Amino acid sequence: MRELNVSMITNSLRDMCIEATHFLTNDMKDCLYRAEKSEESPLGKQILKQLEENLDIAGEDMIPICQDTGMAVVFAEIGQDVHFTGGSLEDAINEGVRRGYTEGYLRKSVVSDPLIRENTKDNTPAVIHYEIVPGDKVRLTIAPKGFGSENMSRIYMLKPADGIEGVKEAILNAVSEAGPNACPPMVVGVGIGGTFEKCAILAKKALTRPVNKRSDVGYIADLEAEMLEKINKLGIGPGGLGGSTTAFAVNIETYATHIAGLPVAVNICCHVNRHAVRII
Amino acid sequence: MEKHINAPLSDDIVNELKSGDYVYITGTIYTARDAAHKRMYEALERDEELPFDIEGNIIYYLGPSPAREGRPIGSAGPTTATRMDKYTPSLLDLGLKGMIGKGKRRQNVKDAMIRNKAVYFAAVGGAGAILSKCIVESEVIAYDDLGTEAVRKLKVKDFPVIVVIDAKGNDLYETAALQYKKD
Repeated sequence: MRELNVSMITNSLRDMCIEATHFLTNDMKDCLYRAEKSEESPLGKQILKQLEENLDIAGEDMIPICQDTGMAVVFAEIGQDVHFTGGSLEDAINEGVRRGYTEGYLRKSVVSDPLIRENTKDNTPAVIHYEIVPGDKVRLTIAPKGFGSENMSRIYMLKPADGIEGVKEAILNAVSEAGPNACPPMVVGVGIGGTFEKCAILAKKALTRPVNKRSDVGYIADLEAEMLEKINKLGIGPGGLGGSTTAFAVNIETYATHIAGLPVAVNICCHVNRHAVRII
Repeated sequence: MEKHINAPLSDDIVNELKSGDYVYITGTIYTARDAAHKRMYEALERDEELPFDIEGNIIYYLGPSPAREGRPIGSAGPTTATRMDKYTPSLLDLGLKGMIGKGKRRQNVKDAMIRNKAVYFAAVGGAGAILSKCIVESEVIAYDDLGTEAVRKLKVKDFPVIVVIDAKGNDLYETAALQYKKD
């Protein structure tokens, strides 16, 4: 049994909020630089150049890459041999988010009630997904998610007879509908299988996988490549203003499902696909 | 085509802008997004005044991140315009001449734009750091309690945008994607 004071969680999350909103991971940056070279539309190329310059300014001057610094989604994978001390884990996570968003000059975009809509003024609460895993470590992933692309995400409760063709159609349909609203070039996270809520969580988690890493499952890796090619033929392009770069990657995660169902969730993320990971 | 224009806008300037033009805006513009639009819409329903004179002006759909010390504003890119579509036709009928955002507009907005000669510009979504450099002054002028969603008066210099929908209703989102679509 390893004792871990929850203040470690708070301090890490504070820093991770600031890091994720000002710096993209190298795999995301590489995609952007490659796309800027291969983009066919002159206006698309100009937009991609603007995005490169935007990343440089964000890091140098500490201005968030995008003003929508998101709602904080936290994946907490907790080793079953960890014993937390010093208070509630959930409070510690929210305190980390509160400090990150306040001390890091990040936008407070969270309202306490979906219909009454009063801003909580510190971007809490976070959306937290806990998972108990073997070991005595805690792996934290933060994915601050902007809502331009979140609003364009979709769930399709397909049936077994719809098969892989149905899945392809669902993904293309979600991306086409999202178009310019989701700030392309996008990263497309897909969850297939499980239940209504499980496929949505898989799709969100898929977005935290590096964009240069394909699925370990052979036929799913092929599906990812095929869908990326199809999406980039739609012509939506950077900013939705036409071009050959509509998505940087399609990341698909799967899970067992019921004999009667084939749930598919498509969680679309803009080109500011932010996340930071720490193992404590 | 690249153009430099001043804000507020006149009918002559609006008529010269064509879908696809790359435009740099210098002058005064106002910010408003979801919550401010709802309040302005409700004010109009009660026959009350809007917080600023809308005639000839541009609204930028923006909720910035907080400014660090010594800077006028934080990250300042566009939010999705589609969410404002419910409220926009009434503002256009009162003389709103331009909107800066990103994302598609519904037909009711396009009709009101043609009727009133107005233009819809896109700024590049997710480029809030670079766009903040084109904002030289920022002042909250209404609905301070809304935080990031308050109405701000901005002074901008060479603020880069693209004309998506012009006053004749031509829509770049519809035409440009077709040009690069492959079967």
